[in-house]
Amino acid sequence: MADTRKIPFTILRFNPETDTKHRFDTFIVDVLPGMTVLEGLHQIKARHDATLAWRYSCRMGVCGSCGMLINGRATLACNTQILDVSPIAIAIAPLPNFPIIKDLVPDLDSMFQKHREIKPWIIRENSIEQNTAKGEFYQSPEQLVEYLQFSYCIKCGCCMAACPTMATDAQYLGPQPLAQAYRYEADSRDQGFNARKPVLDRDSGLFSCHYGSECSVVCPKGVDPAKAIQLMKRRMLLDLFHLYRKKNAELCPDQGKPSAQDGS
Amino acid sequence: MPQKKTDDRRLGIKGWALGGRWGFERYMYTVHRITGIGLVVYFLLHILVTSTRAFGGQHVWESLMGTLSSGVFKIGEFLVFAGFAIHGLNGIRLILIELGFATGKAIEPEYPYQTSVDKQRPIAIVAAAAAAVIILFGGYNIFLAH
Ligand code: SF4
Ligand code: SF4
Ligand code: FES
Repeated sequence: MADTRKIPFTILRFNPETDTKHRFDTFIVDVLPGMTVLEGLHQIKARHDATLAWRYSCRMGVCGSCGMLINGRATLACNTQILDVSPIAIAIAPLPNFPIIKDLVPDLDSMFQKHREIKPWIIRENSIEQNTAKGEFYQSPEQLVEYLQFSYCIKCGCCMAACPTMATDAQYLGPQPLAQAYRYEADSRDQGFNARKPVLDRDSGLFSCHYGSECSVVCPKGVDPAKAIQLMKRRMLLDLFHLYRKKNAELCPDQGKPSAQDGS
Repeated sequence: MPQKKTDDRRLGIKGWALGGRWGFERYMYTVHRITGIGLVVYFLLHILVTSTRAFGGQHVWESLMGTLSSGVFKIGEFLVFAGFAIHGLNGIRLILIELGFATGKAIEPEYPYQTSVDKQRPIAIVAAAAAAVIILFGGYNIFLAH
């Protein structure tokens, strides 16, 4: 076809069963306008090397599986058009700051573990009120916007790969978990500030972020983790001076309040 | 099951400069760290030098001061001054950001995404420009004026 270009894809290869070091393989891909990097990888697998491994599922920037380093930038392969990156050459590696499972598949376990540590769920002081709620927690549209942006995280790990603090500090919680801590803290239904404080306030925690802001630049979902982290710092600092107050959502009155036997 | 974790790709110190888009804020992050380390080293040397007066007496102190006012140490003095200007002004920017004054509020993200990076960019530019002006003045004072 007239619009087809031949573009070399140089890809980092690593098979833990056979290799001790990674190497680079180059494949020529026939690129059409609008073709994504993910489609290029499929073409390589179909035409050149069936053993090439990467992770994907939704093909539409929803599942967070296909984060990889494309021409030096951590991003989603399914969300990135080849010609937008370069009409000359493409270099692909797995996300840095994570171990490799195979080829372009990073092991994201460390991120998920840290994500779990920040308790990414709504915490109420009264667990009975939460678990057997007799009504709804009223939330205004303005209160929704306070956290909505941060709830779009698809856990792709691109921010963790781009963060300069992650590069030198393996213990650092990192932008994904920290942004999720604020996602819940900013939620008017949540009362988990004190439960999350020890995790955030530890060494290599919240205050190890020095606003390199790479996380917000690479995030494919507009989550802006750097913003969430700074807003969380603000709340932690106000708390240090006993100035932090949060207006929590109440159970919606017309839906009824928990009864005395529920322990309220 | 394949064995995992035989090729850990943590970027290490390279990650301070590489691993992304080479953006202005990332350079400020790196320069802030380097100047911070430089200023701590200077501070330790400074204590060492000034303590010679107490322990070595006036004579040692004066000969040391004579040596330190020579050409090569002037460059060192200039570097400390430049590091101080950059670290101080970028530090003010970081304090504003960390107190949540410069990043903006949560918004409904719409493509192309506007991030807090764009929001704080004017402050970053003002901090860098002010540091440059102060460094120029300092350089003039150290090398050219008497
Ligand atoms: S914050 Fe953005 S870049 Fe980071 S894991 Fe979530 S979606 Fe991916
Ligand atoms: S803003 Fe913080 S979390 Fe984001 S890349 Fe920079 S240091 Fe990492
Ligand atoms: S395949 Fe789901 S985000 Fe790319």
